[in-house]
Amino acid sequence: MSWTLLKQGLSGGEHAPRFFPEAGPLAPHYDVVVIGGGGHGLACAYYLAREHGIRRVAVLEQGYLGGGNTARNTTIVRSNYLTPEGVRFYDTSVRMFRTLSEELDINLFYSERGHYTLAHSDEAMRIMRWRAEVNRHLGVDSRLADRDEIAEAVPGIDLDCGGRHPVHGALFHGPGAVVRHDAVAWGYARAAAAHGVEIHQQTRVTGLRTAGGRITGVVTDRGAIACGAVVSAVAGSTPAITDMLGLDTPIEIYPLQACVTEPVKPFLDTIVVSGSLHVYVSQSARGELVMGAAVDPAVLHATRSTFGFVEGLADRLLDLLPRVGRLRVLRQWAGMADMTPDFAPIMGTTPVDGFHLDAGWGTWGFKATPVSGWTMAATVAAGRNHALITPFGLDRFGAFALVGEKGAASVGH
Amino acid sequence: MKWLDLPVIGARPLDEFVYGGEHRPAPASDADAAAVAAHVFHRSGGARRLREWWYHEPTGRWYVVDRDTYQDRVERVVPLEEVAVGLPDA
Repeated sequence: MSWTLLKQGLSGGEHAPRFFPEAGPLAPHYDVVVIGGGGHGLACAYYLAREHGIRRVAVLEQGYLGGGNTARNTTIVRSNYLTPEGVRFYDTSVRMFRTLSEELDINLFYSERGHYTLAHSDEAMRIMRWRAEVNRHLGVDSRLADRDEIAEAVPGIDLDCGGRHPVHGALFHGPGAVVRHDAVAWGYARAAAAHGVEIHQQTRVTGLRTAGGRITGVVTDRGAIACGAVVSAVAGSTPAITDMLGLDTPIEIYPLQACVTEPVKPFLDTIVVSGSLHVYVSQSARGELVMGAAVDPAVLHATRSTFGFVEGLADRLLDLLPRVGRLRVLRQWAGMADMTPDFAPIMGTTPVDGFHLDAGWGTWGFKATPVSGWTMAATVAAGRNHALITPFGLDRFGAFALVGEKGAASVGH
Repeated sequence: MKWLDLPVIGARPLDEFVYGGEHRPAPASDADAAAVAAHVFHRSGGARRLREWWYHEPTGRWYVVDRDTYQDRVERVVPLEEVAVGLPDA
């Protein structure tokens, strides 16, 4: 045995540099408290510190970093939405994602694959054409694709889907990408910590303090903190936070399930979505097929998985890609999706001064991680909603001014 | 929860049902726009016990149940007489 190896074995790894600094005790006061240590919350903290020079920021996470919906999505990034408000917003996110690995100094494996949204009816083709026109008007690369192109791009596809739901065509979206979702949270966390942000895991918020219609502090299971502003980025736990303030929202929590198969050699280099078959599928860099479907049929505050989900998904996937029938499912899981009636997020200021919502992310939140963090930070710093998020305010429901994005949800819900 | 045990039809598999969402009493017919918007859009998103509608497709019956949305367990089947209302200003 060499001397170097013996020394390494005896000294152990305790002195290896840590990815994040260890958190100390909570300070009595912060300028901004971000509730939720997922991608959105960490990105917001990072931009607050880096772009707005607000250094006294704490991120409070009840579990572990990026352990919620950041880790439970199917990692797809796209901007082929239906409304101009949505397209502008998500396109900013796509452009931020492209340079994010370099900015955060972590390999996010950002991989632009192209994204086919299949249409199985004339009505669906009409929506695809609508989306393509809106996208192109705003400079986003989307166009219609015919059956021949789909057959070439998706090897093994049955364009007639077992004869039951023949594919008429598709919306092709060039910038559609997949990205290593955990690394997005870790990268933002490390960069935020390097700018002085404190990250407190295992810290649950149990109450919010207000005085005269203004937020003044946060109560946690580790003690109370005074603060000037709060950002709530807690996805499926949003109603628990808004209930502390007596704030009504349209948010309902539905579980969204996903699964992966065993890894196989690369054969599918695009992302394929079918709204009618309730399935979206891509192949990860490891070779696993990553698949998801629609949300569960009823409200539930839990992340349990069901056999019914895998059974239904497999049934429909076999119509689309008969060849994958021999693959075994390796893992399945669920996240709690905070659904809104119009399938658009709820962002920005609220009737409680200093309390900001980054919520209503339902099944479409991961792709918005950079832009939501960036616009929420700008909103907190300026005390008014960033231009990109003004259409997504909580007050839009009272004004009956919804942002109808259901037609751009990846699968019918 | 894989089965719903209900009066008249007995225990039926969940596949046979359509979820009708939260049971929310309708606002009065002269309610202002804010009350209507609150009724149409807002929901008790964090409620542990949710009163909700379930529709049994094969028999065409609607039911109202109180369900624990954390444990996914029906706590009580609410008799329709309890939630029935007359038409507004009837």
